[in-house]
Amino acid sequence: MKEKSFSLPRREFIKTCLKALPLSGLFFFGLDFQKLLLGQTNQYDPTKHDFGMGINIHKCIGCGRCADACKKENNVSREPIYFRTWIERYVIPVKGETYVDSPNGGIDGFPEYEGKIKDILRTYFAPKICNQCAKPPCVQVCPVGATFQSRDKVVLVDDKWCIGCRYCIQACPYGARYLHPVKKVADKCTFCYHRITKGLLPACVEVCPTQARIFGEVGLQSSPLRRFVRFNDITVLKPSLNTEPKVYYAGADMEVR
Amino acid sequence: MKKIKPDNSRIPKQIISIAVIFSIVIAAFIIGRLLFVPRSFGKYGHYRADAVDEIASQKLNYAGLQACKTCHSSINQTLSDSYHKGLACETCHGPASKHIESPGAIKPVVPRERKHCETCHSYNPSRPTGFPQIIAESHNPDKACISCHKPHDPLLPQAISECSACHRSIASQKSVSHHASLSCTTCHKVAEKHMSNPTLERAGKPMKREFCGKCHASGAYNPRNIWRIDLETHGGRYLCWDCHYPHFPEAKK
Repeated sequence: MKEKSFSLPRREFIKTCLKALPLSGLFFFGLDFQKLLLGQTNQYDPTKHDFGMGINIHKCIGCGRCADACKKENNVSREPIYFRTWIERYVIPVKGETYVDSPNGGIDGFPEYEGKIKDILRTYFAPKICNQCAKPPCVQVCPVGATFQSRDKVVLVDDKWCIGCRYCIQACPYGARYLHPVKKVADKCTFCYHRITKGLLPACVEVCPTQARIFGEVGLQSSPLRRFVRFNDITVLKPSLNTEPKVYYAGADMEVR
Repeated sequence: MKKIKPDNSRIPKQIISIAVIFSIVIAAFIIGRLLFVPRSFGKYGHYRADAVDEIASQKLNYAGLQACKTCHSSINQTLSDSYHKGLACETCHGPASKHIESPGAIKPVVPRERKHCETCHSYNPSRPTGFPQIIAESHNPDKACISCHKPHDPLLPQAISECSACHRSIASQKSVSHHASLSCTTCHKVAEKHMSNPTLERAGKPMKREFCGKCHASGAYNPRNIWRIDLETHGGRYLCWDCHYPHFPEAKK
């Protein structure tokens, strides 16, 4: 009875349905099934991240585990001139010049201070790392676009595109870059990009025994970094250069540059 | 070219030849750019977008604390209740992602030598005050650290009786100062618990100027010929230890 009320004959209807089938298939295959099934949480979206690091000098014990872990994680040459992160010891005497040293980046510990311990006014360790500037001077000078700021605001080096001209090494005011001894291209800290995109901490933050290093989102309200920045007196290195570093120091005084 | 053809006679030959050279150069540039510039260059900015994925696909060496926890949950529980709770497993045991891939074949390092513990715990004046440090040369020099201290629960082997065991730099400084004859408990009230759990039960400190005045005020009874001041006029509203370091008082007779 109902069939009669249709103006479209059954045969015609099935034919049009068959014609529409490949079209509908196209529609379904075009959709990202992974996104639908797994949800957005598993997918890493670089546009929604802005990473930064906090370094608490009051907590650093100068054990050098960070510098060691960085070399092991990123296969950096063990030679004592190549570092993605390293520790400097600052000894400020009552009179005279500040003494700064970093033997093998602090990996093998620090030798005894040569002066008298009684003459020390202040002394501390300061871990150094690429500052992942918001306005990176190294990116500005690259003639080929081999170093760049990714969408998650991490400064990276494309080792296949770099021509090894060393401009960026010269431009970095923090001395964070070096020429890779084998590849002959510029190399630097990537905030362990392969780790942070998987939701892990950078190797140096992972191994730090006293939590002197804090890693987190700069923009997020409930980030460990935000808490660190809120409750400490924060300085950045060389603020006058307007590089806007995203490595925040607590307890660093004017001697740390 | 269509427009030029009918008016060919009007355009000078040299212009045409220049136009040809230009078009060849432009074509060569476009072809060269297509050949030499990677496809993904400029997708997100002035860089090769594929490089981001290449960097992100680098192999992991450190597996992370969560990965260790999945198998070694009980030892992790011991660790997280101890003074070493801030440490990740891989701080001492080294990168362990290969161990996770083949747990039987590849074992992470187990450092047992003194030198490993000394990386953090040997005395260095640059280390923050309060961080537990030893002078390796005089602290049981031939003994392995792990014979007394468990690395996963590093408590002291027995309750210590001497303050200098932890407060070594203060003790050595005091021993050469004018306050050498005073014991620590003359000024500090030390609860029994402070010896076993120093962070939970702090040692007491004097709070008032009058405490120092017990010996150093002009009217104080003291047989010895020591430095005397008038509490009323000396130092204004400052507390004694704002200027003088009690463990190494610098004033001389």
